[in-house]
Amino acid sequence: MVFSKKPLHFIIATLIAFLPLINFANPNTDTTAVEKQTVEAEAHTTEHNSEEPKDLKTEIKEFISHHLLDSYDFHLYSYKDDSGTENHIGFPLPVILWDNGLQVFSSSKFHHGEHAAESNGNFYRLFHGKIYKVGSAEEQIKLNEHGHAENVKPFDFSLTKNVFMMLVVSIIMFLLFTNLAKSYAKNGGIAKGAGRFFEPIILYIRDDIAIPNIGKNYKKYMSYLLTIFFFVWFLNLFGLTPLGVNVTGNIAVTACLALLTYLITTFTAKKDYWGHIFWMPGVPVPMKIILAPIELLGTIIKPFSLMIRLYANIVAGHVVLMSIIGLMFIFKNWLGSSLSFVLAFALSLLEILVAALQAYIFTMLSALYFGAANEEHHHDDAHH
Amino acid sequence: MEKLIEQFSLGLFFWQFILFVGLIFLLKKFAWKPILDAVNEREEGIKNALLSAENAKKEMQNLKSDNEKLLAEARAERDAMMKEAREIKEKMINDAKVEAQTQGEKMIEQAKAAIESEKNAAMADLKNQVSSLSLSIAEKILKDELSNKEAQTKIVEKMLDEVKLN
Repeated sequence: MVFSKKPLHFIIATLIAFLPLINFANPNTDTTAVEKQTVEAEAHTTEHNSEEPKDLKTEIKEFISHHLLDSYDFHLYSYKDDSGTENHIGFPLPVILWDNGLQVFSSSKFHHGEHAAESNGNFYRLFHGKIYKVGSAEEQIKLNEHGHAENVKPFDFSLTKNVFMMLVVSIIMFLLFTNLAKSYAKNGGIAKGAGRFFEPIILYIRDDIAIPNIGKNYKKYMSYLLTIFFFVWFLNLFGLTPLGVNVTGNIAVTACLALLTYLITTFTAKKDYWGHIFWMPGVPVPMKIILAPIELLGTIIKPFSLMIRLYANIVAGHVVLMSIIGLMFIFKNWLGSSLSFVLAFALSLLEILVAALQAYIFTMLSALYFGAANEEHHHDDAHH
Repeated sequence: MEKLIEQFSLGLFFWQFILFVGLIFLLKKFAWKPILDAVNEREEGIKNALLSAENAKKEMQNLKSDNEKLLAEARAERDAMMKEAREIKEKMINDAKVEAQTQGEKMIEQAKAAIESEKNAAMADLKNQVSSLSLSIAEKILKDELSNKEAQTKIVEKMLDEVKLN
């Protein structure tokens, strides 16, 4: 046969080239899309069919913003059954409030924000992922002209989804690294098991982050640097799983990490560090006076930038990735959806890199600040 | 910014702080310290092993050169000893030869002297014996001759003849 004599690549290329034509020629795809649209339009209880795409867009937008926020239950996915009622798959987490005494109840009482929860005669409602106090079970949240809630927010120490994920990651880290530590004793100084993969990373943090940046006093910072690197990295990676958690993309979490870096920098700082801030050596006296507040501000800006950098990178990654995934449902055609799938896939790979990179940057910069706090050098005349 | 502040959850911050600080201390005690210690120990071990290997190599080289030196020394010593022995042997042989010669000569001399003295003694003895014998013979002959007149004359004649012949 002449056909089979052609190179295999050519045959495959031809087949692929003709594939879209065959698909586009098939009218079934269009009709199913239309059907889907109508089904969803019905489900949404919105009367206007023409507004359907916009509604989907807002739905995606809401979904993304909902995903970025913390929540009081661990929600995996929801689906609509044949009767049209929504089913949520997941599990509730405990809500802990300080409101005239400790109020502890399960987040399942909120019924996914549909009902007010009651605890010791107090009623609480969920609004935009936050708990507000309401007077009675029927009372709704009062909104001001900006759309913000005016109700009282009780002190909230709930074990939310993010806290839960942090607990999970902490337990994973603890088990992983204690196992690694034990494997050294068992195998005569050679790592074994899953921890083996992490040993080079630990060594990398020691040899390429801690020692060059901090110097000879690096040992006392190692625990913090290692913990923060793996903690941020693991949480970033968990954020990319379909579990839908966004821990490191939460400002409270990054603020806490940055605050710890700031505290450690401040409390382990040597004389030279403070000398540099309040009385900059090697510059004229008026400059010293001008520089002091700037330098002092700099010590706060540094951890602040740490906080914002991690938060913004992770949030941006999540938003872009979810928007592109959302595009698949907006396009609803063969070409656009598959293109956005490819794009989402490529972005996911990039996000995996970013997950490690941001952890690395956080650790690296923390080490750099510790190094500055620990610097002990003799100024001759020139400042460097 | 306003949104960020609104998003900031004190509860999350609180739990994060507690969890994270707890995690740092727990991991420090149960993981990082033993891991870093083990790694350090291993690195030290590797360093020491390399160093001792290097030392062993040097030592081996030293030993080898020492051995060679010893061997050369031994060889030289052996050669010297053999040379000496040969010399001694030759000297001994020479000495023995000389000794033997002088001894032999001495012995020969002594023997000669002894022989001479013996010979002299023997000669003297013989002379004595001969003289006594000849005396006795002469005595006897004279006794005989003097007893016989005729014979006496005969002898005298004979003797005179003999003198004539001379």
